[in-house]
Amino acid sequence: MNLYDTLFWFLSAVSVGCALGVILSRNPVNSVLFLVLTFISISGHYILMNAQFLFIVNLIVYTGAIMVLFLFVIMLMNLNADVEPQKGQLVQLAGVVSGGVLFLVLLAAVKTASPVPIDKASIDIGLITNLGKVLFKDFVLPFEISSVLFLSAMIGAVVIGKKEESAPLPSGE
Amino acid sequence: MPVNSTHYLFLSLLLFSIGIMGTLMRRNAIIIFMCIELMLNSVNLLLVSFSKLFADPNAQIFVFFIMVVAAAEVAVGLAIIVMMYRKVHSVDINILNRLKH
Repeated sequence: MNLYDTLFWFLSAVSVGCALGVILSRNPVNSVLFLVLTFISISGHYILMNAQFLFIVNLIVYTGAIMVLFLFVIMLMNLNADVEPQKGQLVQLAGVVSGGVLFLVLLAAVKTASPVPIDKASIDIGLITNLGKVLFKDFVLPFEISSVLFLSAMIGAVVIGKKEESAPLPSGE
Repeated sequence: MPVNSTHYLFLSLLLFSIGIMGTLMRRNAIIIFMCIELMLNSVNLLLVSFSKLFADPNAQIFVFFIMVVAAAEVAVGLAIIVMMYRKVHSVDINILNRLKH
Protein backbone atom coordinates (compact mmCIF):
# COMPACT_ATOMS: atom_id res chain seq x y z
CA MET A 1 0.00 0.00 0.00
CA ASN A 2 1.73 3.18 -1.16
CA LEU A 3 1.29 6.75 -0.01
CA TYR A 4 -1.49 7.54 -2.51
CA ASP A 5 -3.66 4.68 -1.27
CA THR A 6 -3.05 5.45 2.38
CA LEU A 7 -4.01 9.10 1.88
CA PHE A 8 -7.06 8.09 -0.15
CA TRP A 9 -8.41 5.80 2.57
CA PHE A 10 -7.66 8.33 5.31
CA LEU A 11 -9.40 11.19 3.46
CA SER A 12 -12.36 8.96 2.56
CA ALA A 13 -12.82 7.92 6.19
CA VAL A 14 -12.67 11.56 7.32
CA SER A 15 -15.15 12.74 4.68
CA VAL A 16 -17.69 9.98 5.28
CA GLY A 17 -17.41 10.24 9.07
CA CYS A 18 -17.84 14.01 9.03
CA ALA A 19 -20.76 13.74 6.57
CA LEU A 20 -22.45 11.41 9.04
CA GLY A 21 -21.68 13.94 11.76
CA VAL A 22 -23.48 16.63 9.72
CA ILE A 23 -26.76 14.75 9.64
CA LEU A 24 -26.55 13.22 13.12
CA SER A 25 -25.48 16.08 15.38
CA ARG A 26 -28.25 17.93 17.20
CA ASN A 27 -26.59 21.31 17.35
CA PRO A 28 -26.65 23.19 14.00
CA VAL A 29 -23.29 24.85 14.73
CA ASN A 30 -21.69 21.41 15.09
CA SER A 31 -23.29 20.43 11.79
CA VAL A 32 -21.69 23.39 10.05
CA LEU A 33 -18.27 22.61 11.54
CA PHE A 34 -18.56 18.96 10.45
CA LEU A 35 -19.48 20.10 6.94
CA VAL A 36 -16.39 22.34 6.87
CA LEU A 37 -14.27 19.30 7.74
CA THR A 38 -15.99 17.30 4.99
CA PHE A 39 -15.23 20.00 2.43
CA ILE A 40 -11.60 20.21 3.56
CA SER A 41 -11.21 16.45 3.11
CA ILE A 42 -12.80 16.66 -0.36
CA SER A 43 -10.25 19.39 -1.13
CA GLY A 44 -7.62 16.89 0.00
CA HIS A 45 -8.97 14.47 -2.59
CA TYR A 46 -8.56 17.18 -5.23
CA ILE A 47 -4.93 17.81 -4.32
CA LEU A 48 -4.40 14.03 -4.35
CA MET A 49 -5.62 13.98 -7.96
CA ASN A 50 -3.40 17.00 -8.70
CA ALA A 51 -6.36 19.30 -9.45
CA GLN A 52 -4.60 22.24 -7.84
CA PHE A 53 -6.87 24.97 -9.19
CA LEU A 54 -10.03 23.24 -7.97
CA PHE A 55 -8.33 22.54 -4.63
CA ILE A 56 -7.75 26.20 -3.93
CA VAL A 57 -11.13 27.27 -5.35
CA ASN A 58 -12.94 24.69 -3.23
CA LEU A 59 -11.03 25.80 -0.15
CA ILE A 60 -11.70 29.51 -0.72
CA VAL A 61 -15.26 29.41 -2.06
CA TYR A 62 -16.78 26.55 -0.07
CA THR A 63 -15.00 26.49 3.27
CA GLY A 64 -14.06 30.14 3.23
CA ALA A 65 -17.16 31.86 1.92
CA ILE A 66 -20.21 29.61 1.84
CA MET A 67 -19.74 27.88 5.17
CA VAL A 68 -18.93 31.14 6.95
CA LEU A 69 -22.18 32.51 5.51
CA PHE A 70 -24.04 29.50 6.94
CA LEU A 71 -22.35 30.01 10.30
CA PHE A 72 -23.30 33.70 10.33
CA VAL A 73 -26.94 32.92 9.55
CA ILE A 74 -27.12 30.25 12.26
CA MET A 75 -25.56 32.54 14.84
CA LEU A 76 -27.88 35.37 13.73
CA MET A 77 -30.91 33.19 14.42
CA ASN A 78 -29.54 32.01 17.77
CA LEU A 79 -30.36 28.37 17.08
CA ASN A 80 -29.13 25.71 19.48
CA ALA A 81 -29.88 22.11 20.35
CA ASP A 82 -32.81 23.00 22.63
CA VAL A 83 -34.96 24.67 19.99
CA GLU A 84 -33.90 22.24 17.27
CA PRO A 85 -37.01 20.66 15.71
CA GLN A 86 -36.86 16.88 15.49
CA LYS A 87 -38.83 14.55 13.29
CA GLY A 88 -40.49 11.47 14.75
CA GLN A 89 -38.57 8.23 15.00
CA LEU A 90 -40.64 6.60 12.26
CA VAL A 91 -40.03 9.40 9.77
CA GLN A 92 -36.30 9.36 10.53
CA LEU A 93 -36.19 5.60 10.05
CA ALA A 94 -38.05 5.98 6.75
CA GLY A 95 -35.50 8.57 5.63
CA VAL A 96 -32.56 6.31 6.50
CA VAL A 97 -34.18 3.31 4.79
CA SER A 98 -34.99 5.20 1.59
CA GLY A 99 -31.51 6.73 1.44
CA GLY A 100 -29.96 3.31 2.01
CA VAL A 101 -32.14 1.72 -0.64
CA LEU A 102 -31.11 4.41 -3.12
CA PHE A 103 -27.47 3.69 -2.23
CA LEU A 104 -27.95 -0.04 -2.79
CA VAL A 105 -29.72 0.45 -6.13
CA LEU A 106 -27.02 2.77 -7.46
CA LEU A 107 -24.33 0.44 -6.07
CA ALA A 108 -25.88 -2.48 -7.93
CA ALA A 109 -26.01 -0.38 -11.09
CA VAL A 110 -22.31 0.61 -11.03
CA LYS A 111 -20.98 -2.61 -9.47
CA THR A 112 -20.13 -4.07 -12.85
CA ALA A 113 -18.09 -1.03 -13.93
CA SER A 114 -14.61 -2.17 -14.82
CA PRO A 115 -11.99 -0.76 -12.45
CA VAL A 116 -9.62 1.47 -14.37
CA PRO A 117 -6.55 2.72 -12.53
CA ILE A 118 -6.51 6.49 -12.14
CA ASP A 119 -3.97 7.73 -14.66
CA LYS A 120 -0.94 9.06 -12.84
CA ALA A 121 0.81 10.11 -16.05
CA SER A 122 -1.46 13.03 -16.98
CA ILE A 123 -0.34 15.28 -14.17
CA ASP A 124 -0.82 18.68 -15.80
CA ILE A 125 -4.60 18.52 -16.36
CA GLY A 126 -5.60 20.43 -13.26
CA LEU A 127 -2.90 23.10 -13.30
CA ILE A 128 -4.11 26.68 -13.63
CA THR A 129 -2.12 27.34 -16.84
CA ASN A 130 -3.91 24.49 -18.59
CA LEU A 131 -7.36 25.21 -17.16
CA GLY A 132 -7.09 28.93 -17.84
CA LYS A 133 -6.41 28.30 -21.50
CA VAL A 134 -9.44 26.00 -21.76
CA LEU A 135 -11.64 28.40 -19.78
CA PHE A 136 -10.83 31.46 -21.87
CA LYS A 137 -10.72 29.64 -25.21
CA ASP A 138 -13.67 27.27 -25.20
CA PHE A 139 -15.81 28.52 -22.32
CA VAL A 140 -15.68 32.30 -22.66
CA LEU A 141 -19.42 32.75 -23.17
CA PRO A 142 -20.49 30.66 -20.12
CA PHE A 143 -17.86 32.50 -18.07
CA GLU A 144 -19.32 35.87 -19.00
CA ILE A 145 -22.88 34.66 -18.48
CA SER A 146 -21.94 33.45 -15.01
CA SER A 147 -20.94 37.00 -14.11
CA VAL A 148 -24.46 38.12 -15.05
CA LEU A 149 -25.80 35.26 -12.94
CA PHE A 150 -23.77 36.49 -9.96
CA LEU A 151 -25.03 40.02 -10.41
CA SER A 152 -28.67 38.89 -10.55
CA ALA A 153 -28.15 36.60 -7.53
CA MET A 154 -26.66 39.49 -5.58
CA ILE A 155 -29.54 41.82 -6.48
CA GLY A 156 -32.04 39.06 -5.69
CA ALA A 157 -30.49 38.38 -2.29
CA VAL A 158 -30.58 42.08 -1.41
CA VAL A 159 -34.20 42.45 -2.55
CA ILE A 160 -35.36 39.33 -0.70
CA GLY A 161 -33.41 40.04 2.47
CA LYS A 162 -34.43 43.70 2.68
CA LYS A 163 -36.51 44.57 5.71
CA GLU A 164 -40.06 45.30 4.71
CA GLU A 165 -41.54 48.65 5.63
CA SER A 166 -44.49 48.41 8.02
CA ALA A 167 -46.48 50.97 6.00
CA PRO A 168 -45.93 51.53 2.28
CA LEU A 169 -44.43 54.90 1.46
CA PRO A 170 -46.59 57.40 -0.41
CA SER A 171 -45.89 57.37 -4.09
CA GLY A 172 -44.64 60.95 -4.02
CA GLU A 173 -41.52 60.13 -1.95
CA MET B 1 -5.81 -3.30 -4.02
CA PRO B 2 -4.59 0.00 -5.51
CA VAL B 3 -7.06 2.87 -5.74
CA ASN B 4 -8.93 2.94 -9.05
CA SER B 5 -11.96 4.62 -10.55
CA THR B 6 -14.51 2.40 -8.78
CA HIS B 7 -13.29 3.58 -5.38
CA TYR B 8 -14.09 7.18 -6.29
CA LEU B 9 -17.45 6.04 -7.69
CA PHE B 10 -18.36 4.31 -4.43
CA LEU B 11 -17.11 7.17 -2.27
CA SER B 12 -19.14 9.81 -4.06
CA LEU B 13 -22.15 7.49 -4.11
CA LEU B 14 -21.87 7.11 -0.34
CA LEU B 15 -21.59 10.88 0.19
CA PHE B 16 -24.58 11.48 -2.09
CA SER B 17 -26.70 8.94 -0.19
CA ILE B 18 -25.74 10.53 3.13
CA GLY B 19 -26.92 13.85 1.70
CA ILE B 20 -30.25 12.29 0.66
CA MET B 21 -30.67 10.76 4.12
CA GLY B 22 -30.01 14.10 5.80
CA THR B 23 -32.48 15.86 3.55
CA LEU B 24 -35.18 13.35 4.44
CA MET B 25 -34.34 13.10 8.16
CA ARG B 26 -34.04 16.67 9.34
CA ARG B 27 -36.62 19.43 9.81
CA ASN B 28 -34.26 22.37 10.10
CA ALA B 29 -34.24 24.24 6.78
CA ILE B 30 -30.57 25.23 7.12
CA ILE B 31 -29.44 21.62 7.70
CA ILE B 32 -31.42 20.50 4.64
CA PHE B 33 -29.70 23.21 2.63
CA MET B 34 -26.31 22.00 3.89
CA CYS B 35 -27.13 18.43 2.85
CA ILE B 36 -27.86 19.72 -0.67
CA GLU B 37 -24.40 21.31 -0.67
CA LEU B 38 -22.97 17.94 0.37
CA MET B 39 -24.65 16.25 -2.60
CA LEU B 40 -23.26 18.91 -4.97
CA ASN B 41 -19.78 18.29 -3.60
CA SER B 42 -20.00 14.54 -4.04
CA VAL B 43 -20.89 15.05 -7.70
CA ASN B 44 -17.95 17.45 -8.05
CA LEU B 45 -15.61 14.82 -6.63
CA LEU B 46 -16.83 12.25 -9.15
CA LEU B 47 -16.40 14.71 -12.04
CA VAL B 48 -12.83 15.49 -11.00
CA SER B 49 -11.93 11.82 -10.74
CA PHE B 50 -13.36 11.14 -14.22
CA SER B 51 -11.48 14.16 -15.55
CA LYS B 52 -8.30 12.60 -14.18
CA LEU B 53 -9.29 9.22 -15.62
CA PHE B 54 -9.91 10.44 -19.16
CA ALA B 55 -7.26 13.21 -19.04
CA ASP B 56 -9.93 15.75 -20.03
CA PRO B 57 -9.77 19.30 -18.63
CA ASN B 58 -13.36 20.14 -19.66
CA ALA B 59 -14.76 18.24 -16.66
CA GLN B 60 -12.80 20.43 -14.26
CA ILE B 61 -14.20 23.54 -15.97
CA PHE B 62 -17.65 22.03 -15.38
CA VAL B 63 -16.83 21.61 -11.69
CA PHE B 64 -15.79 25.26 -11.61
CA PHE B 65 -19.15 26.31 -13.07
CA ILE B 66 -21.00 24.08 -10.60
CA MET B 67 -19.21 25.92 -7.78
CA VAL B 68 -20.23 29.27 -9.35
CA VAL B 69 -23.88 28.27 -9.51
CA ALA B 70 -23.74 26.84 -5.96
CA ALA B 71 -22.38 30.12 -4.61
CA ALA B 72 -25.20 32.11 -6.28
CA GLU B 73 -27.74 29.57 -5.04
CA VAL B 74 -26.50 29.81 -1.45
CA ALA B 75 -26.79 33.60 -1.49
CA VAL B 76 -30.41 33.55 -2.63
CA GLY B 77 -31.38 30.51 -0.53
CA LEU B 78 -30.01 31.92 2.70
CA ALA B 79 -31.80 35.21 1.99
CA ILE B 80 -35.05 33.26 1.62
CA ILE B 81 -34.40 31.38 4.90
CA VAL B 82 -33.64 34.64 6.74
CA MET B 83 -36.86 36.17 5.38
CA MET B 84 -38.82 33.10 6.50
CA TYR B 85 -37.26 33.31 9.97
CA ARG B 86 -38.25 36.97 10.18
CA LYS B 87 -41.87 36.12 9.33
CA VAL B 88 -42.51 33.00 11.43
CA HIS B 89 -39.55 33.08 13.92
CA SER B 90 -38.57 29.51 13.15
CA VAL B 91 -36.67 27.52 10.52
CA ASP B 92 -38.87 24.45 10.95
CA ILE B 93 -40.05 23.29 7.53
CA ASN B 94 -43.22 21.78 9.00
CA ILE B 95 -44.56 25.31 9.52
CA LEU B 96 -44.45 25.86 5.78
CA ASN B 97 -47.50 23.72 4.98
CA ARG B 98 -49.97 26.58 4.79
CA LEU B 99 -50.81 25.71 1.19
CA LYS B 100 -52.58 22.68 2.63
CA HIS B 101 -55.15 24.68 4.59
